[in-house]
Amino acid sequence: MATTDPPIRLRRPLAARVATSLRPALWVGPAVALIVVVVLWPVIVLVHSSLQNIAADGYVVGGAGGRNFSTLWHEPALKGVVLRTVIWVVAVVGVTLLLSLALAQLFHQRFPLRRLARTALIAPWAASVMMTALIFRWALDPNVGAVNIILHALGLMHRLGSNQSDWLGRPGWALVWMMVVAIFVSLPFTTYALLSGLQTIPGEVYEAARVDGAGRWHCYRTITLPLLRPAILVATTINVINVFNSFPIIWEMTRGGPGYETSTTTTFMYILKQSFIGEAAAMSVVNFALVIVVVLFFLKVTRWKEQVT
Amino acid sequence: MSAVSSPSLPASASADEPTAVSGSPRRPLTPRTFGLSVLAYGIAILFLLPYLEMVITALRPNRQLLAANLIPDHITFHNFTTIWQTGFGGNLIESLLIAGGATVIVLFVSIPAAYYTARHRFRGRALFLLLVLATQMFQPAAMLVGIQREFTTFNLPPTLSLILVNGGFNLAFAVWILNAYFSSIPAELEEASMIDGSGRLGALTRITLPLAAPGIVTALIFTFIAAWNEFIVALTLSLGQASNHQPLTVAINNYIGEYSIDWGHLFAGAVIATIPVILLFAIIEGRVVSGLTAGSIK
Repeated sequence: MATTDPPIRLRRPLAARVATSLRPALWVGPAVALIVVVVLWPVIVLVHSSLQNIAADGYVVGGAGGRNFSTLWHEPALKGVVLRTVIWVVAVVGVTLLLSLALAQLFHQRFPLRRLARTALIAPWAASVMMTALIFRWALDPNVGAVNIILHALGLMHRLGSNQSDWLGRPGWALVWMMVVAIFVSLPFTTYALLSGLQTIPGEVYEAARVDGAGRWHCYRTITLPLLRPAILVATTINVINVFNSFPIIWEMTRGGPGYETSTTTTFMYILKQSFIGEAAAMSVVNFALVIVVVLFFLKVTRWKEQVT
Repeated sequence: MSAVSSPSLPASASADEPTAVSGSPRRPLTPRTFGLSVLAYGIAILFLLPYLEMVITALRPNRQLLAANLIPDHITFHNFTTIWQTGFGGNLIESLLIAGGATVIVLFVSIPAAYYTARHRFRGRALFLLLVLATQMFQPAAMLVGIQREFTTFNLPPTLSLILVNGGFNLAFAVWILNAYFSSIPAELEEASMIDGSGRLGALTRITLPLAAPGIVTALIFTFIAAWNEFIVALTLSLGQASNHQPLTVAINNYIGEYSIDWGHLFAGAVIATIPVILLFAIIEGRVVSGLTAGSIK
């Protein structure tokens, strides 16, 4: 008995140990594999492509060193595109946040059929952004667009089919209207995130302040806004990523033109990709680097360490 | 507090619920409430107006597309009956395959991963969750060149490529929200069931999965809609496909010709592609936020 015992004891833990170490791989492995192949590997291919000389048909001619990046750097349109991207992101995310704060406050109040009214807000969130962009392109048609018909009826537009009614034909106005669409589709998620934030604030906090004689606006600034901070930070970070990566709005409304005059770095990359793949990859690498910065900020504001442990 | 505090109290319950009951005896309709309601309903309608315009345009007789009026003289379903001759049926099937395939992959891959991470501490667990959290913020647009070149090398049929890409990019949301649901279900419930004679897998399928159903439905619908609506990868990977085998978003984009736009069919297609997903999304709206914000706000 004494001689048969040890081997059994040895064999069991070994087999068990192997099984235990393999079990996580069995359950979690497929998820890791899918993320690695679909989400992470393209990043490596992307960086690799940015260092290669690639013909328009995708054929690799040879190494390019840093030439794609220097070509991109000397691209005459680049400065305007980058500047426009900054304005695009800051204006869209900023206005979205301000409007969402107001909307969240309104839809946080109690009124009959609140749930139904809230549900109506989700439409631009659920619908494909490209469809929403196309609806606005149609509504801005110089001759028969609903926006122009209404402006004309109000006396704010002299004549349909005029230069004045051709909003998307003028780069400045086109950009403004595309921002309107970007804000419109960003509002539902932001408002919902802020509504969730408002829900976490206990009502007693306000009662205490009111006893102290604090006014409505004072309460909002000193209680609501500070307590909403986590929700504001997370929603803003997610919006920055979404708005920065936004392709369908600009693509469907102006194709980034005339020239590159309504392009952001994302649509600029897409246009480059059609003939200069290496340079497009270089633009993408820059875009991706910016995304990484935002992701790091996202991890910070979601307090990832607390969440994963 | 986790995103989901208890299985009997799904996250959506926190969105509002009993407070919204109309005509509640405690709260008579004051002028203030009335004003708030009118303003809120007005804004709600404003959010729906563009989609109403989409429906109206789809129902416009083609001659009336050039008429400068908000409401056409009469309506016709002509665009909805003739759109099938443009190959739209094939586009619909293609999008159903892609969105359905991506959803199936996401569910089969995310449920085991989310369940195991919720129930066990193992080496690499934190790293895995960090990977999920970080990649949740990745979007295809910024790495499009990489995706295109990688999948050109794989040389798979475009449908399969799009299933994989959509599955991969939506996996993080599903893992995160399911992890929160599984964590909220007490392990004792499973153990009790295992004592009653069912194995671990039996306990999982008979106890845990039904309790996590709201989370699973949310992940399912969210993935389906995201894949259904996806545009930039679809546009890139279905390039060179026969037009009636391209996904819906690409097909609708194809109604924009070089010199003219077929607005009638474009919006008929948009109605068919959009209205069902808005209704589907309404089912899960309350539960989506906590998943997207990684549970940092409930």
